[in-house]
Order: sequence, then C-alpha cells, then structure tokens
Amino acid sequence: MWKKVFDWLDERLGLNDIYKNLLDRPEPKGNWWNTLGSASLFLFILQGVTGIFLTVYYTPSPDHAYDSIQYIMEGVAYGWLIRGIHHWGASLMVIIVFIHLLRVFVTASYKYPREMTWLIGVGLLLATLGMGFTGYLLPWNQRAYWATTVGTQIAGAVPFMGDFILKALRGGPDLSALTLQRFFAAHIWILPAALTGLVGVHLYLIIKHGESHFPTRED
Amino acid sequence: MSEVSRRDFIKVTTGIVGGIIGAAIGLPAVYYLIDPALRAGAKEAWIPIGKLENMEIGKPYPFSFTRVQVNGWERTSTSRGGFVVRNSEDPDDLFVLNSTCTHLACTVNWSENDQVFLCPCHDAKFSPQGEVLSGPPPRPLDRFTEFRITDEGALEIFYKEG
Repeated sequence: MWKKVFDWLDERLGLNDIYKNLLDRPEPKGNWWNTLGSASLFLFILQGVTGIFLTVYYTPSPDHAYDSIQYIMEGVAYGWLIRGIHHWGASLMVIIVFIHLLRVFVTASYKYPREMTWLIGVGLLLATLGMGFTGYLLPWNQRAYWATTVGTQIAGAVPFMGDFILKALRGGPDLSALTLQRFFAAHIWILPAALTGLVGVHLYLIIKHGESHFPTRED
Repeated sequence: MSEVSRRDFIKVTTGIVGGIIGAAIGLPAVYYLIDPALRAGAKEAWIPIGKLENMEIGKPYPFSFTRVQVNGWERTSTSRGGFVVRNSEDPDDLFVLNSTCTHLACTVNWSENDQVFLCPCHDAKFSPQGEVLSGPPPRPLDRFTEFRITDEGALEIFYKEG
C-alpha cells in the first residue's frame, strides 16, 4: 500500500532522484571535521524555528521589548526553553561556522574549483555575525543597549563616511525606537533572507563539485 | 538474531536520535503556542451598578463597567455594559440585560423613539425584554441572572469572565 503511494509520488516528484543526488552522493574519506557544514545548517534551521516561535510573543518596541521577554521567560509555558535554545544556539552557531571555516582553510578545500563556495561561505559568516549583532539588541536591556551603542560607534569610526554609517545603522544620531525596529527587521527579514539565498547557492555548489578530499603528500 | 549491518544501525540510530530531538523541541513548542488559550480566565466579581431609586420603572437603565485584565506584558481594559429593566416597585422584580449583541458581539443601544434595542452593526432589533424582533441574532440578549440589592439600596450584578 505505502509502496504504491510512494511509487505514485516518486514518478511525479522524482523523490528517488532527489535522494540519490542530495544524500547518496559519493564522499571522499573524511572525519568528524567534515560534518561542521551540516551542523551549521542544522543550527540555522533550529535558530529559524525557535526565532519564529519567539516572534509570537516578542514586541520590538522600547516600551514592551523588555517586558515581553520577561513574559516569555516567566509567563509562557516552555518560553524559557525556546528562548534558551535560541540564545545558546546563536553562540554555538557562530562558533561552529567559524570552525567550519578553519577546517576548509586547513584542508585547502577553498581551491579550484571551489573558490565561489569559499567566497559565499565568507558571506555566510558575515551574515551570521550580523544576526548575532542585531539579535543582541532585541532584549533591550542595559547590556544590549550599551553593546549596540559601542558596536555602532565602532562602525562610525570609518573614515569620511563613518557618520553616515552610524546614522544609517541607528536610524538617527542616537539609539532609539527606530534602532530597535530596524535591527528587528534586519534580524528577522533581511539577514535571514540573505542567509537562506546564500545557503542555497552554497549547497548547490557543494552538490555540483562534491566534497574535496584531504590533501595528500603528492598535493 | 540476524546480523545488523552498519548502514542499518546508523539509519535506525539517526532516526531515533532525530525523533527524540524533534519531540524535545516540538512538544514544548506546541504548549508554548497554545499557552494563552489554556489559561483559566474565570475571574469573577460583584459589580456595583447604581442606586435602585435612580432607575425608572419600565425604562431600561444603561450601565457600563470596565474590567482590567493582564494580558501578557500589558494591562488591557475592556468595557462591558448592559441595561437594568425594572418591572415594578418590587426591588427584586427586575432583570439585567447584557448589551453585547448575540450575533457578532457589537454593543446594542436603547432607542427611546422605537422602544427597541438597536444593534448598529447589522441593524438587529431586540424588544425591551431582549427578544429578537428582526435581524440576524441567533438568540435573545443574554442576561446577568445573578444580582443582589445591598442594604444601601444599590444593585450589584455577579460577573464572571470567559
């Protein structure tokens, strides 16, 4: 019965082909360091799911941001768990993505024909750091407020156009409701959209080129 | 017992671990989403309406009161109201209508000219007793069935949320 249903779907959707090309690819001999990309993808999805859940109760307004997070932590069933996963998952994702980059560097996997995979990966690292930076402000507590004050001030130190960058980031000369709102927009729309697109290309390139084998003495 | 291949072992283990991770996040997530719907909102109170002597016999006496609720991180006040209709001098010979329309919860008003309750949303008419005269409402206006008269001659109704 299930076989019939599956065959019917497979004939129309090509499920077996997808499985063969995506998951049943030949792999060079590797080790646990080769799993960090998958770990990054898993964390990205986990952050996406818990983040979507958090927006059910979170309010990006200076009046309510802090209170709404207090409510998530103490008022809602398992709110502490959802936010806890998002909070710790964020730090873990930055660490894993960075170690993934180190692994690719050490095994020289960024070389021909994978230069674009590497460059897009750098973009993914920057977008991940951007997620960390924008997400840090959202609790709107003292630490978040001053971390963003300092962070945007650093961006403002760029020669010539520093003042413009500072104002563009903050939505004005000072931290305000506009800052919180644009950081929220960047955190839940702009950066995730960029990340999703880049992850798609990154994965396409990995499937196209296959994974690189570790360099040998002859290399 | 037959030999389990390494491939099958990995498959089964991945499935079980994945299932546990999925359930550990999925089940709390469901509770997280439906939590506000599970709250028992059955707060109840006696609400003072006014002195009985101020209420004319035979003429609906409008009243309103405000309930403050804590919803999440915010206090929300909701207005409720109704009409007291006295039938005779007997203090207990009265009924209290809820002014929330039974159709889609708009607030009905008393029309002195037509001697009916009018709902502005879909033009429903209710008789002074609260029965449906015309329009879409499925049942007569609700009543606050529990009320009491205090020693000072004030009318109080029993209000239960939810």
